[in-house]
Amino acid sequence: MLRVFALALALLCLTSVAQAESPATEPTTTIEEVLQHLRSRSFDDKAAAIDALAHSGHPRADALLKALQDRRLLLDRANDRIVLGERADGGWRLHDPLSEADLGTVESRAAAPITINNRLRRQIENLQAAVGLNNPDAAQRRAAATSLIGTKDPDLLAALRERRAREDNTSVAAAIDTTLNTAALYSEDSDLNTRLNAIEALSGSLEPTVRNALRSRLDSYAPSERKAVETALKRIDARTARYQTADTLFFGLSLGSVLLLAAIGLAITFGVMGVINMAHGELIMLGAYTTFVVQQVFPQGHEWSLLVAIPAAFLISGFVGVLIERFVIRYLYGRPLETLLATFGISLILQQAVRVIFSPLNRSVVTPEWMSGAWQINPVFSLTFNRLYIIAFALTVFLGLLLVLKKTRLGLQVRAVSQNRQTARGLGIRSDRINALTFGLGSGIAGVAGVALAQLTNVGPNLGQAYIIDSFMVVVFGGVGNLWGTLTAAFSLGIANKLLEPVSGAVLAKIFVLVFIILFIQRKPRGLFPQRGRAAEE
Amino acid sequence: MIMKRRWQRLAQAGLAAGALSLSALANAADTIKVGILHSLSGTMAISESTLKDTVLMLVEEQNKKGGLLGKKLEPVVVDPASNWPLFAEKARELISKEKVDVIFGCWTSVSRKSVLPVVEELNGLLFYPVQYEGEESSKNVFYTGAAPNQQAIPAVDYLIDELGAERFVLAGTDYVYPRTTNKILEAYLKSKGVADEDIMINYTPFGHSDWQSIVSRIKEFGSQGKKTAVVSTINGDANVPFYKELGNQGIDAADIPVVAFSVGEQELSGVDTGPLVGHLAAWNYFQSVYTDENNSFIKQWHDYIGDSKRVTNDPMEATYIGFNMWAKAVEKAKSTDTDKVADAMIGITTANLTGGTAVMNKNHHLSKPVLIGEIQDDGQFAVVWQTDGLVAGDAWSDFLPGSKDLIADWTKPINCGNYNSKTKTCGGQAAQ
Repeated sequence: MLRVFALALALLCLTSVAQAESPATEPTTTIEEVLQHLRSRSFDDKAAAIDALAHSGHPRADALLKALQDRRLLLDRANDRIVLGERADGGWRLHDPLSEADLGTVESRAAAPITINNRLRRQIENLQAAVGLNNPDAAQRRAAATSLIGTKDPDLLAALRERRAREDNTSVAAAIDTTLNTAALYSEDSDLNTRLNAIEALSGSLEPTVRNALRSRLDSYAPSERKAVETALKRIDARTARYQTADTLFFGLSLGSVLLLAAIGLAITFGVMGVINMAHGELIMLGAYTTFVVQQVFPQGHEWSLLVAIPAAFLISGFVGVLIERFVIRYLYGRPLETLLATFGISLILQQAVRVIFSPLNRSVVTPEWMSGAWQINPVFSLTFNRLYIIAFALTVFLGLLLVLKKTRLGLQVRAVSQNRQTARGLGIRSDRINALTFGLGSGIAGVAGVALAQLTNVGPNLGQAYIIDSFMVVVFGGVGNLWGTLTAAFSLGIANKLLEPVSGAVLAKIFVLVFIILFIQRKPRGLFPQRGRAAEE
Repeated sequence: MIMKRRWQRLAQAGLAAGALSLSALANAADTIKVGILHSLSGTMAISESTLKDTVLMLVEEQNKKGGLLGKKLEPVVVDPASNWPLFAEKARELISKEKVDVIFGCWTSVSRKSVLPVVEELNGLLFYPVQYEGEESSKNVFYTGAAPNQQAIPAVDYLIDELGAERFVLAGTDYVYPRTTNKILEAYLKSKGVADEDIMINYTPFGHSDWQSIVSRIKEFGSQGKKTAVVSTINGDANVPFYKELGNQGIDAADIPVVAFSVGEQELSGVDTGPLVGHLAAWNYFQSVYTDENNSFIKQWHDYIGDSKRVTNDPMEATYIGFNMWAKAVEKAKSTDTDKVADAMIGITTANLTGGTAVMNKNHHLSKPVLIGEIQDDGQFAVVWQTDGLVAGDAWSDFLPGSKDLIADWTKPINCGNYNSKTKTCGGQAAQ
């Protein structure tokens, strides 16, 4: 502790010297000494060094802080000095921290980034937020003001007030007001009227920090203040509750869309053709691995590689599906038990094949920039982009498949064969070829689902197993042979699961849904939307 | 290139296995057999196959140094295929049929529990290299991974002391390790004065992939004004979608840090770690630690596996320590006899990869340092805190009512795995 204090004192002297005299009087020695303190093992020392660096007024200070934050400030072990660096083919390319002169390359373990922890990261962010308040970009200013909500630091508050006086953008001004009002609630010497005004102004805010600040005033000595806080909290809670319901519905929809994607291929192979395909999950897995391979082939194209991966996955999984149909399932039509065992065997073979080719380790699929993050509607309600895209994608695939089945010649033939094979053959349809194509179509769609799932979960040999049971559940519940049934079933199971989860926990929610489906099937063995007509009677 | 090498390796392994079984017939007594019981197929292959390679590498190295007691070491690899009953069968096969002198194996607690009666019945020797829930000590097993007091407790101390956490989410997969660990942690947190309503416990099924509502509940739980931290015992594959969801919902490590006990370098190698920077893990080893031992271990591993991108992790270090201790104990006992080696094991020391030395204690658990690391954008951990000295592994937790008074001591005169220090009786795991 004493050491920290001594250091802080030394740094203070240094900075005051740096500020008092002009930076021309050898600021480099100062900043180099500060940099040396960043090497300390103690995070307290480092925190003091960061403060000193930020207040040094040195022209390189901001750049160095940024580098520290981005892990580009390194310790060069061989020469025992602080340098800048970036990754360059398996090693580091080093630069002088002040002049940025090139210092050559070293191998990976010869240099290591200066370690900072969460506290220091937050400290740097706050230092930057103070700078960000004067950013010419209004969005940046608002973000800076919002990130300072809850701060009690008088320097920062003074900076906020100063900015507020000059601010002409209304949304930034509102954000600064919220931050200042929150600070007023925390401050002990503010007078009652200021606080009442602050409470009034904050009563619609959904920021969690604001709510906590209001709560801290619940034990206020003034009854009028207590009452104002209670009313404000009640309004906030009511609004929050509404958004939470919307949140749950969105989670349900997005789980439903994942179920739909996983099940829709099965709705073709199992629903339309009646083949119990236990290898369906592995066809999804092949699609996910295709995504990985495509990203390996186009290392620079993470932003658009998904667009290549979708048709590629369709073709690869579809091709494997056709192979499975031609070489195995074809001989087993009308023998469901044997089909089940044979396809289960195929699923194990595919899994182990992937383990041998790609190793049993999970592969990392990069999420494109436009799919990461969330659409922050307000502080308590946000929609994650990847889920939004996947909902849209699932619906697109569903509609596409519906069009193929209803509007194309292939679709007509598929429906004819699935309804009555003998008559269809009598009318000149090559049912063999149609079987192979249908199975290929269902498998291809499983592959496309794999591309989407690769964005959500592990790309590993076990990916398929996780989805096979859910897929069958959806198809059976929706009614075998009915695509609309699959859609309804997927979304209702998704939403039911998400409504149950907060109440019962994830494990029980799954069990409840399963029990419900078993009971439902007892009552209506043909699912939600049973197929009608002569074919269905068989 | 990698593919080609993989096939070559497979072919070599096949040839070697063939040659080994032939030579084994010819001169069974001239080698010391090392059984490797790690899943090479099924769910756990992702984690366990690496440990198989680690043991093979260590055996190869030992043989280069001339083997042990003048004999060569001979690895015997079996595949229990992530199937718990098969672990017991394969263990029996290794001890009875292959007559191995030692087994390195198991990952999940349930596989260890399945093997336990077999190694006790046949008096085998098992080295278990994974962090686990404790509450066990067997005469025939050496636990080189962390007990809860070597991982979970220091991690929570770090959260409270360094990060000022006051509210805790204990999130885990629904099986024995998370349930026991969370029970210990709950008791520990309460002993530290954390109130009931400040602890949220959540279990999810194996391989859980839809984390939206749980992450959103954690976010809500953490926005109540007190500093909140998540202690994660989520296992295996479920971690990737969990971390992805954390990133997508914008949970920043500076607001709600997650400290994980089952996430290491290997688990992160399947994830884009950009959004996870600052989340924590507690282990006894990180690849990023800069010591001469670690540097040469990493180099040896990369040379052996032929891929400089493969990471090293804590269970690999535990395997390394276990193997070296066993080798030392065999030389000390001048025999591979189970009882003699087990006696010689106690008090054996060997270098940690992170510096210092590990000691095998009387309760068959190690004393080793505890490290806390923050996830970095390159999938590695930066050490932000470590214990000053070694922490002795405690087989029976002091924070559970049932095991508070129990100790394990495999030396005379106690010689018992669950000795009650109050009633001075042994609970039944005594040596015959």
